[in-house]
Formats: sequence, C-alpha cells, structure tokens
Amino acid sequence: MSLELSLHTPPEVPVEAEALSPQRLSGLSRAAVEKTPVFHGNRSVPLAEFFHVDGEAGGDLHLYGDLGRIKHAGAGMSEGRLFVHGDIGAHLGAGMSGGEIRVEGSAGDWVGPEMSGGRIFIDGNAGHMVGAAYRGSAMGMLGGEIIITGNAGNETGHAMRRGLIAVGGDAGDFTGVNMLAGTIMVCGQAGLRTAAGMKRGTIVLFRDAEILPTFSYDCCYQPTCLRLCLLHLAGRGLSIDDGFIGGLYNRWSGDSIELNRGEILIYQS
Amino acid sequence: MKIKSTEIVDTFAEAFKMWGSRVIITAENRKWALAAARSMTGFATSVIGCKCEAGIERELPAESTPDRRPGVSVLLFTPDRDSMGKRLLDRIGQCVMTCPTTACYNGLEAEDSANVGGQLRYFGDGHQLSKKLGERRLWRIPVMDGEFLVDEQFGMQRSVGGGNLLLLARSAKAALRAASAAVKAMQEVEGVILPFPDGVVRSGSKVGSRYKALIASTNDAYCPTLKGVAEKTDLSPDINCVLEIVIDGLSEDAVRAAMRAGLEAAARPGIRRISAGNYGGSLGQFHIPLHELVAETAA
Repeated sequence: MSLELSLHTPPEVPVEAEALSPQRLSGLSRAAVEKTPVFHGNRSVPLAEFFHVDGEAGGDLHLYGDLGRIKHAGAGMSEGRLFVHGDIGAHLGAGMSGGEIRVEGSAGDWVGPEMSGGRIFIDGNAGHMVGAAYRGSAMGMLGGEIIITGNAGNETGHAMRRGLIAVGGDAGDFTGVNMLAGTIMVCGQAGLRTAAGMKRGTIVLFRDAEILPTFSYDCCYQPTCLRLCLLHLAGRGLSIDDGFIGGLYNRWSGDSIELNRGEILIYQS
Repeated sequence: MKIKSTEIVDTFAEAFKMWGSRVIITAENRKWALAAARSMTGFATSVIGCKCEAGIERELPAESTPDRRPGVSVLLFTPDRDSMGKRLLDRIGQCVMTCPTTACYNGLEAEDSANVGGQLRYFGDGHQLSKKLGERRLWRIPVMDGEFLVDEQFGMQRSVGGGNLLLLARSAKAALRAASAAVKAMQEVEGVILPFPDGVVRSGSKVGSRYKALIASTNDAYCPTLKGVAEKTDLSPDINCVLEIVIDGLSEDAVRAAMRAGLEAAARPGIRRISAGNYGGSLGQFHIPLHELVAETAA
C-alpha cells in the first residue's frame, strides 16, 4: 500500500508543502489528500491543484515530477518512508525526527536542518546548509543521517550537534563551521575554511585540504572508529573506496579558538 | 543405553540459571585478537573461585566482524545480572583495552545490557570521544598505539551454566583422548563455551566440605584413588580416570546441543561409561537427562 503524488502543474512560485509526509497523510481518504492545504506563495490551495493523487495513504509516500519548487517536503517527519522521484526543493526533512527520505535526484538548500533522527539519502546533489542550524539557532542537526552521493554546497553541518553527514562528492566552503559534535565525511574536495570554529566532532576528508592555522597536527594512524563509519555508509549505499576503510589518516585537533576538542582526519594512503 | 560400546548412565546433568554476554574482540590480525581473548578468558573457569566463567566461543573471519578485521567471540557468564557489568568492565578494561590494536564490540542483542564503554571512557581522562552510529554509542579512548574503541552497552541475557559430562575411563590416556574429541565436537556448537582448561576439568567438586571455610570440595565419589576409602564411590573397579567437561550456554538448547555432540564424540573404546554431575536435582533449575539426549540424537 502506497500513496503516489505526481506533479501535473509546475508551480510558478515555490509551494510550501509540509503536508507532504507519509505521517501527515496517513489515514486520509484520497479526497481528503486532494484537499490537503499547501501554500502556493502566500495562498493556501488544495494539494490537488498541483498533484494528481493515486493509491492509498498509510504506507510509503512517493512523489513524482520536477519538484524543485516544492519546499518542506518531509518536514517534521517522525516515521514512515518518503520517496522522491526527481529533484526536490529546499527544507527537505527539516526538523525530522524519524523515518526515511530517499531522493532520486537533487535537493535544494537546507536539507535536514535541525533534524534529530531518521535518515535522508539523496542520490544526487544537495544545496547549501545541509544539516545546518537555522539562522539564529544555537544548534543544527541533532541526530540521524544525511547521505548525499553527489556534491553539497556551503556550510554543510553548520553548528551540528550530533549525527552523520556523508557527501560522496565535493563540499562547498565552511563545511562543519561552528560544529558542536557529530561526524561529517567528504569523499571529494572540501572548500575553504573547513571546520572553522568547531568545538567537538569529526570531519573526515579523503582529499588534501587547507587546514586552518588554529588546528594542530597530532599523528598519522588508522582510526578503528572510521572503519565502522565507512562500513556503515557502504551498507547504506554510498560508494566507499576499499582503500579508505583500512587506510592511514592524518589527525588534526582544533579549533583552538574554540574548545579544541574537534578533529579533522585526512586520508593519506 | 549404549553408544557403541560406551554405557550412557541413566542420570541427568544439573545446570543453573546464569546471565550471559557475548563480546566481540577484533584486532589488526588474528594473533592480537586471540591474545586479548585468551587474556580476557583467563582465570574464569568457575564462578566458585573466579566470580565468572568465560571462554572463547569461536574465531571470526574478518568479513563477519563489525570492523572487518579478524576477531574472536567470547562468552562470559555470571551468576547474577548485577555482577555482569563489573566483570565485563574489569576484563575488557584489563585484558582487551591493554592489548595492542584491539577494539571491543557488543555481540549480543538483548533487552538487558550493561554499561561498559560508558565506564571505561574515564580512562581517557577527559580526552575520550564518543561516536553514535544509529542507536549505538561507541567510545574512543586514546591509548598509546592510537585509540581503543569500545561499545557503550553490552547485551546480556538469561543463560544456562553447568551443563556437564563425566567421562569414566579405563585409563588416563583413554580419558584424555575422548575428552579432546568431545571438546572438539562441542566447540562447533554456537552459543556455548567450555570454561575449563582446553574444555576439560579433572577436579570435579561436590557441595560442601569438612572444612567450614570451603563451600565446595573434591568430588570423592568420582576420585579413583579413593575408591577403597571413600564413604561412597560411583566408580566400578575398571574405572581408573574420570574427566569432566562443563558447558555454559546462552540457552538450554545450546547446552543440550553441545552435550549431544560431546556424548557422540566421547563414546569410544576405553570410555566405559558417560555420566553427568548433579546434586540430586535440588539445586539447579535445569535438568538434562543423558538418555533424552541420546534419544534426540537418534531421532
């Protein structure tokens, strides 16, 4: 049993559709799903104005079409599975606490901001502020996992407190900025000022990167914990080079302008 | 009832409720994983003197361990739930954390658990780090070769301790050969350990002693040197050596499976009878009749 929503009319301005979560639509009849309100700009309109509804609510939720202007899908989810077949807009899974979102396409900015649990898997790219804190918030992601097979934008994991973010491709600038704890992995190239202001936590880089002068070099070693993390990610479907799993990593501690309890691990060989 | 030429005595093994836990130790290679496991399971033959019973369950190939390094699975049993955490903490802290390159993981998903890594972390003196993967929290404790990685929680479950077989032999040589064969067969069974040296114990005990300080003393009814003087002997004139194999398992089924395998393997020329130790059925919560085991094997 699954509910399938296909975009039939691409919106001219973004649609804010927090209702697009399996949990919120669970138990509704097809007619009720069609009448579920979403915001088109500043106007509340029924969901059917944009989506063709098929199937039954109560199981997985599938979204089809070019959904790049559909925002807040899966926001606040605590259970269930949301499958997005195509690109999706900003604020995907914002504040979610459980369940799973899988995207066959790319996602906009603010993927999983301040989420506390659950899992987001994006088989494509993501925009800026993945797992980040909203402006003015003290903490970003509090738990759960975000896996992106492609690239991510700037400020990935900004002020994240717990959880795991893995980027299969490149990451933009300020990855892990003001990070409080948790783990971020970037398989491709990381941008400028990675880990700036981090208090605790782990950032793993698999290519050389510029290290801020407020970090100090510790040693070159094989972190056993990283083996577990990488195997875990491989099990989740992220492509992991075998060499990374048993590899040697340079460890840097920082950021000394903060607590100095964080670490950057950079793959050596 | 006989298996081949060996008589299976119509008696039962009396086993006890215990709590069991499974610890997975991995290391850079097999040598160090085994070194840690042997150290952790040393001096853990009997709760009477060691506070716990522990043994190596099996070696694990790299592909089946959490971090894909060679590993060893260890089972540890305690008489009560409350002491499990303390025993694990002592032995993982002193025997696994100290061993080069090792990591230590929970190997038992169970409702009950003991906080081990969460206590051991204090060795890190404030430099310890934690990592959470899904619902699982691990602790990274800085040590001189890098880091010791240990699960915070180790599962434990109600288990069975003290299953046993007594091999009554014509000679010491015959007893050793049969015991070794039985141990080899029993070690194939998952979920059990044989806590005594290489699985075999010669100093079987009875409850109580003429000396007030002792809660157990030598099982004189099975000592061949006392046949002529003991008040009661269970040995016929042709028995000159008795060896015992004790089995602890995560379930009664596992203990029974190991005993079945042991019976089959130990029954051979030179072993006149195979019996089992009990206390008349008044102490242990599990009674495992040998004839039932033989019948189960035949079925």
